Amino acid sequence: MLTQTIDLQKLVKSEKVTPRRERKPVSQVKTEYSNETIWMLAVRDDRDRGAFAALFDHFAPRLKGFIIKGGASPQQAEEIVQDVMLTIWRKADMFDPHRAQVSAWVYQIARNRRIDIARKENRPMPEALKEEPELEPDASQILGLEQETTQLKCALAALKPEQREVIEKAYLGELTHQEISTQTGLPLGTIKSRIRLGLQRLRHELKDLTQ
Amino acid sequence: MSAITHHVPDAILAAYAAGSLPQAFAVAVASHVSLCAHCRAALEAHQAVGGVILEDTEAVAVSSSLRNSILDQLDVPFTPEPVYERNGIYPGPVIEAMQGRAPRWKKLGMGVRQDILSADAQGSVRLLYIPPGQAVPDHSHNGLEMTLVLHGSFSDETGRFGVGDLEIADETVEHTPVADPGAACICLAATDARLRFNALVPRLLQPLFRI
Ligand SMILES: [Zn+2]
Repeated sequence: MLTQTIDLQKLVKSEKVTPRRERKPVSQVKTEYSNETIWMLAVRDDRDRGAFAALFDHFAPRLKGFIIKGGASPQQAEEIVQDVMLTIWRKADMFDPHRAQVSAWVYQIARNRRIDIARKENRPMPEALKEEPELEPDASQILGLEQETTQLKCALAALKPEQREVIEKAYLGELTHQEISTQTGLPLGTIKSRIRLGLQRLRHELKDLTQ
Repeated sequence: MSAITHHVPDAILAAYAAGSLPQAFAVAVASHVSLCAHCRAALEAHQAVGGVILEDTEAVAVSSSLRNSILDQLDVPFTPEPVYERNGIYPGPVIEAMQGRAPRWKKLGMGVRQDILSADAQGSVRLLYIPPGQAVPDHSHNGLEMTLVLHGSFSDETGRFGVGDLEIADETVEHTPVADPGAACICLAATDARLRFNALVPRLLQPLFRI
C-alpha cells in the first residue's frame, strides 16, 4: 500500500505540469518521504481515510500528551485532540509539504485550538498562501525540509536538559515574549532558508504580496 | 516601493507561534507576516521547532472510543471559518480586527485621526491616520508598542519606517514619529497597555478618548 522505496528520479524528472486531480495518488508514487508526509498527502489529494486513521494513530496520543503538558485535563485534552484531528481532515488542502513538516502543521493547528478555547477569541492568523494547484511537487525541496527537520531534532536533543526545558516551555506557550527574549540561541539553524525556498515556489502569490 | 527592513524579532515570533503573545500584538504580527515573506519563513521555522517538540512528546493513550468517533465525523458537514482577505492597504488580520467593516475615523486634532479596533485591560489595537509632515502626538507608554505601517511612511529618532515595516518600542523609548512629506501615513498601532499622550490630550481626558 504505502511503499517508501526510492524512486526519486521519476518524481524529479516529471516536468510535465498536470493538475492535481490527474496526478498519481501519492500512495503509488515511490518516494522516501516520511510516513507522516505520505499519509498527509494521501489525505489531502485522495481523501484517503486509511491514511487519516494512520495519522490519528501517530498524532493523537502525542497531541494528548502535549496538551496535558500545557495544562489541560485529560478530558479537555481529548476534546482538543478531536478538534485538531478534524481540522487536519477539513483543512488538508492548506497543507504544503514544501514549507511545513506535518508535525509543524499539526503543532500550529493544536496551538490555535488551545488559544481559541482558552481566550474564547480567534487567534489572528496571517493571510494564507495557497499552493498553486498546477504546481508540480518538488521532491528535492520536500526531502530537504525533512532533512532540516531531522537536524533540528538532533540540535534539540543535544541541548542540556535545562535548556531543552526552556525551549519546551516556550513552545508550549508557557513563557512570555519577554521571558523568551532573555533566552538566547533558539536552535533555528538553516531551516529558515529551507522554508524560504519553499516560499519562493509561491512567487506568483508573493508578487501580489510585496508589490 | 522599498523593501521591508524592520522585522519581527525572533522571541516575539516564537511567542506568536506558541500563542503566548497578547492578542493586540498577535494582530500586528499576523498583519506583518501577511506582508513579509522573510518573517513568514521565520515563523514557519518556529512552527517546525514546535512540531519537533510535539513529535518528541511522550504519548498518552487516547480513550478507545475517540478514534471511531472522529472517523465517524469525517463526512459530517461543517461550516468553514470565515476567511478575511486583504482589502486595499489593509491585510487580512486587520480586516478581521475590523470585523469586515471599513475604517471609522475619529478626529484626534491636528489632522490626526484614529479608529480603535479593540481596547481592554490587556491592550489596544487602533488605526492611526497622520497627515503628511505631521507628528504623531507625543506619547510614551507602559510596556510595549508595535506600529505597522500600512500606507505612506514615518520617521522617528530610531529610523524610517515604510509600508510593511514594524516598529517595536518599549517604555524606555520616548519617540516622536513624524509622517514623511508627500503622503499621509496610515498605521496599525498595538499596545499591551493604555497609551499616555503627553501633550495633545490632558491626561484627565484620556479615559474619554480611550487612548
Ligand atoms: Zn518581516
